[in-house]
Amino acid sequence: MLDSIIERIRDAHAHETPLIIHGGGSKSFYGNHDEGEVLSTRGLTGLVDYQPKELVLTARAGTPLADIEALLGEHGQMLAFEPPHFAGSATLGGAIAAGLSGPRRPYAGAARDFVLGVRMIDGTGQPLRFGGQVIKNVAGYDVSRLMAGALGTLGVITEVSLKVLPRPAAETTLQFEFDEADAIVKMNRWAGQPLPLSATCWHAGLLTVRLSGAESAVHAAHARLGGEAVRDAAAFWQRLRDQATPFFDKRPLWRLAVRPTAPSLDLGDAQWIEWGGAVRWIASRLPAVMLREAAANGGGHATLFRGKPPADGAFAPLAPALAALHRNLKQRFDPKGILNRGRLYPDF
Amino acid sequence: MLSPAFLSKLRRLLPPHCVLDAREDLVPFESDGLSAYRNTPDVVVLPEDEAQVAAVLRLCHASAVAVVARGAGTGLAAGALPVDGAVLLVLAKLNRIKALDPVGRTAVVEPGVRNLAISEAAAPHNLYYAPDPSSQIACSIGGNVAENSGGVHCLKYGLTVHNILRLRALTVAGEVLDIGSDALDAPGFDLLALMTGSEGMLAVITEVTVRLLPRPERAQVVLAAFDDVAKAGAAVGNIIAAGVIPAGLEMMDRLAIQAAEAFVHAGYPLDCEALLLCEVDGVNEEVSDDIYTVREVLEASGAIEIRTAESEEQRLRFWAGRKAAFPAVGRLAPDYYCMDGTIPRGALPYVLGRIGEMSAEFGLAVANVFHAGDGNLHPLILFDANQPGELERAERFGGRILELCVEAGGTITGEHGVGLEKIGQMCVQFSAPELACFHAVKAAFDPDTLLNPGKAVPELHRCAEWGAMHVHGGQLPHSELPRF
Repeated sequence: MLDSIIERIRDAHAHETPLIIHGGGSKSFYGNHDEGEVLSTRGLTGLVDYQPKELVLTARAGTPLADIEALLGEHGQMLAFEPPHFAGSATLGGAIAAGLSGPRRPYAGAARDFVLGVRMIDGTGQPLRFGGQVIKNVAGYDVSRLMAGALGTLGVITEVSLKVLPRPAAETTLQFEFDEADAIVKMNRWAGQPLPLSATCWHAGLLTVRLSGAESAVHAAHARLGGEAVRDAAAFWQRLRDQATPFFDKRPLWRLAVRPTAPSLDLGDAQWIEWGGAVRWIASRLPAVMLREAAANGGGHATLFRGKPPADGAFAPLAPALAALHRNLKQRFDPKGILNRGRLYPDF
Repeated sequence: MLSPAFLSKLRRLLPPHCVLDAREDLVPFESDGLSAYRNTPDVVVLPEDEAQVAAVLRLCHASAVAVVARGAGTGLAAGALPVDGAVLLVLAKLNRIKALDPVGRTAVVEPGVRNLAISEAAAPHNLYYAPDPSSQIACSIGGNVAENSGGVHCLKYGLTVHNILRLRALTVAGEVLDIGSDALDAPGFDLLALMTGSEGMLAVITEVTVRLLPRPERAQVVLAAFDDVAKAGAAVGNIIAAGVIPAGLEMMDRLAIQAAEAFVHAGYPLDCEALLLCEVDGVNEEVSDDIYTVREVLEASGAIEIRTAESEEQRLRFWAGRKAAFPAVGRLAPDYYCMDGTIPRGALPYVLGRIGEMSAEFGLAVANVFHAGDGNLHPLILFDANQPGELERAERFGGRILELCVEAGGTITGEHGVGLEKIGQMCVQFSAPELACFHAVKAAFDPDTLLNPGKAVPELHRCAEWGAMHVHGGQLPHSELPRF
């Protein structure tokens, strides 16, 4: 299987045929439109190594996330970045290539934070291996983390090693009635205190907070914060993670990443705040330039997450010096520009 | 050798006290923390702000003169070793804390700010900066980013790469790069990850935005003694399998224990082969639960003695021995050479066994200090540089240990970096196409190879020469390369 993928990429490189890397297809809405022949990684499945005591799992890129999470669950462990599955059958390779993380991200870390190593094939068909299966490793540039979020534009990920963590012994989700401004203040204030927070969000006047840890710690934090315990909380967070609530059906759907303390962006009511204030989901027909400016004023950037991307692309355009670096890197990993051409930025 | 014309241009860019070229002023900069490697720099510049750094870079770029960036000079891999004909760019004077946001939990600092100074500035707000390399009192944040520094709390709190949000950096041409953002991510490639640990090879950092964490409510440490290193190693895995992620989990072997005890009188048990220090932190109730679990696991894993620090003073005393392990071992011999491999924890008994055999083979004693939680091993090879040939023997022994780490499924450097010291072992860990990829990454940032040339990534022909001296199992590494 691996050999046939290598062969395919060598051939595409020789003939300058663009390829679209396809795992489970759960995130095909994400990024800009790309054209080419489909290169599926679904045949690259299976666990390569999992040592619960080492907190390290290695699997081939096409392995369904659900299989990996089920296996980890059997050993009381988890992927702490809570990768979204969305509607399709998300794969490990796709989760890392997209670099998206779920509700636990501000408190546990992002997809890229848990990447320890990758095997990949560059745009010339050359198999490469970076990082490894150990937690501390500073030999060579961190190319494995560079692959996280590159949307397959620098290489086809064929195998990933991740750090995994124990599942918390207990979880409780609390809800509070707060307006937007108060909710942002509370999320930030609580994050500055030694509380076992593991997720926060605000929507339509309700602040929802998840606590995770030892039974006693969760109990004590609940007593300290007050609030109403939410029933069926696991399903609540899973729906948010996978954007399976009606709010996320609105188009265009923008993701504004900002500094968590940024005050209300005043872009209309249709929004969902996540990540302790650091992400503001906004369903808005306002011009891209206005949304981009609002995000930049908040110290971050705006992404057209679902819907038709604006003319300059789904992702915020880069400053000239950074854009030049991106082109240089792309040129060196994929000189013929065959891998997911245009998916990340329209010019490569 | 730099030309007088170049030096006079350099002097015009900076105040007179910021350019050093008198022999006696250059000597303090001839090595970093790895003093076995020395080279007197041709000239040292100590700019006082980003504009001066940019001016120096622009001049060097236009004149095709190489630049070696240096922070506090505490690195342990000769990464900041001066290069002949290059400017040594010391960023120590860029040492201002520009902003600290206690609500948003971030600090914006210049690269010369010391690691510990960030936590000190954040302390009034009950916040701190988590990565704590043992040199934190002296090492600077710019160097921490360049090396992706760790410390004893990495397993739970991550490395530098997990604790920074944004960088300002200058390209070799003096152009500003704004990498990362004040949000939790940034559009495009993860250049923040690529820059972290890049050893001054890609760009020069002029500002770092770090994440600050709330101080844990409570920290408590358990000490356990074992009569067998393998049992101590297994105990580490058992603690993690029990669902506890300790804030710190450190191991010392017999020689390290005895040296530390003789030096700081930490009260360590001496009649044992291995000592584990396991610290848990967090919310009060959680710490109580975890300590209970850890003690149970240690007992079941065959510890011959278990003590829990009953007071903050006792906790600090338990740690004092571990934190003084390097200087303590330094008292056993005129010199020591510190290695920095990482291995899967399960391979510890095998690796320590092999190191013991090699110690006999090379005739040099080794004390082992181990960040057991994250598999990062620091064997300290004892030698006497005044005995002819001993330094070379220690270096050869060290190289063999790093190759052993790779063989065991690990890496040649967990946190100290490659620098010049481990450049040969890079040829063992990476294939020629992978090394070529690293050179391509470098070229994307620095096409003329002016930043820290000759460090971190070996030239392919160098691997061929080096491989010719190191035959593994009858097979030469890089047999596909021409031999010179």
